[in-house]
Amino acid sequence: MAHFTKATSVKDWLNQRLAVEKIEKVMASEYWIPKNINFLWAMGMVLVITFALLVVSGIFLLMYYVPTVDEAFYSVNYTIMREVDFGWLWRHIHGVAASVVFLVIYIHMFTGIYYGSYKKGRELIWVSGMLLFVAFSAEAFSGYMLPWGQMSYWAGMVITNLFAGGSLHADGLVEWIRGDYVPAQAFLGRFFMLHVFLLPLAIMALIGLHFAALRIPHVNNQDGEEIDFDAESKKYLDGDKAGSKVMRFANDFMSKDMMVVGIFLIFFFYLVFWNYSFAMDPVNFDPADGLKTPAHIYPEWYFLWSYEILRPFNIDLGLILFGFAQVIFVLLPWLDRSPNAVPANRRGLFAIWFWVMLSNMIILTAMGKLPPEGVFSQIGLVSAVLFVVQWIALPFITAREKKV
Amino acid sequence: MHNSSRRGFMGKAFGAVAGVGAVGSLVAMKKTWDPLPSVKAAGFTTLDMSIYKENQLVTEKWRGKPIFVLKKTAAMVASQTDEQKERDIVVDGSHFMLAIGLCTHLGCIPAYKGEAEGFLCACHGGKFDWAGVVTQVPPPRGFDIPPFKIDGNKVILGEVGPEYKQMKETGITL
Repeated sequence: MAHFTKATSVKDWLNQRLAVEKIEKVMASEYWIPKNINFLWAMGMVLVITFALLVVSGIFLLMYYVPTVDEAFYSVNYTIMREVDFGWLWRHIHGVAASVVFLVIYIHMFTGIYYGSYKKGRELIWVSGMLLFVAFSAEAFSGYMLPWGQMSYWAGMVITNLFAGGSLHADGLVEWIRGDYVPAQAFLGRFFMLHVFLLPLAIMALIGLHFAALRIPHVNNQDGEEIDFDAESKKYLDGDKAGSKVMRFANDFMSKDMMVVGIFLIFFFYLVFWNYSFAMDPVNFDPADGLKTPAHIYPEWYFLWSYEILRPFNIDLGLILFGFAQVIFVLLPWLDRSPNAVPANRRGLFAIWFWVMLSNMIILTAMGKLPPEGVFSQIGLVSAVLFVVQWIALPFITAREKKV
Repeated sequence: MHNSSRRGFMGKAFGAVAGVGAVGSLVAMKKTWDPLPSVKAAGFTTLDMSIYKENQLVTEKWRGKPIFVLKKTAAMVASQTDEQKERDIVVDGSHFMLAIGLCTHLGCIPAYKGEAEGFLCACHGGKFDWAGVVTQVPPPRGFDIPPFKIDGNKVILGEVGPEYKQMKETGITL
């Protein structure tokens, strides 16, 4: 047996059994962060806090929600909203956070693209981040089913139909996913399970992987500079804090991080208390009805860009391009052939590529919300084609890039 | 060497046991998600075709899905193209459009806008005429026709009659 001595303090007792001091060093006080960063580097922490808000509000909603087709709608709109004290607060936090979390994810993602934070050993951070995006998308979709309103039902119908694979007519697969010919009790039950257990579990595991992937390459910085973390941290520990290019994760970086989180939370709770309605579609306040499609079906704003890529084409091409749009971001570290890990503004053509991509995705988002008629259809078609062309062009643009 | 081959054997033996177990549990998991027998058994609906009025769309329900029934006017019947005619269902001398009322693109319910405009799907802008033929993509094909059997002036949905069988064989419906 390992040798233990009589503990001199609670900390010493824990140290002997759990090596808490060492863990604290590895995770916080000797986890080194470059100094040359800006507020965009705080988005990770903002996401952690938003996820925590989702988990906590979800726990309270879960206590009153009833996952049956007859009672789900009323358990949300009557029991939780009217009977449970502060039930409205949990629902509004949950709904607003589910929407805002995607805004922050997109900011986090485009920050990574702009600063080249997917290169030189950071590929796995990018890949695990994109897997988190997929897991969050599945989580958002499954959660959207639960109030069992008109939008829940019809979004469930349309999205599960995607699995028929267009001309492949895999109707058996669609019925298997639903457990019925149409979304009904079996469907609601399994999506409830996915939303409250399996997907959150997957998200937590992926967050662990995302953080672990960050540990060895470290956080990128505003100039994409390759920092010798051993030398710089030694300088810091030897007392030259001003001369070192790095600082401790806690409490140095965390203090700034939490400052940004504080500002974010003020904005977030402003939305929760006074402007929550953007996250609550009015159509979903009608109970699900399988014999009446709402006049205009659209997904939540964060799925609109990929929905708009599906829409202008016939079903097979639409599905292929939709699938392309879903997976192509994962391949970014390999499609970008340039060795330069510097901000986009110093990378010539790539800077144009970046801003066109960002603007085009905003245009796709706007067109996805508008009815598929007249000039909007044409703008949507051009944007969707441009999106695909940009990704095909990326390896060629970046391969010609000069080393900076 | 002796030990390592014994460990190798134990590893392979465990792998075999675990493999059988993994396959078995996958089968169980797959079957657990299949539609329940009660869901499958409730799959038949009988329609009395004598009650419908000309050019008035009625939506019936079969397996939780909307079923469009549209009795065609004499003018419609006279003007039918070949494509429209092959989808025609004749019960007791009357001509009907009988179809699953879901857009073949992604399953929204199109709205009937009258004889001239036909059906419009609000989700992705697909259009169908009054006979159920596609007039505007993205839908890849006309309305699907549910399995039906004509019995006098009644139609039983969910049962396969000779008329449906022929439509299925000639590829008019899936």
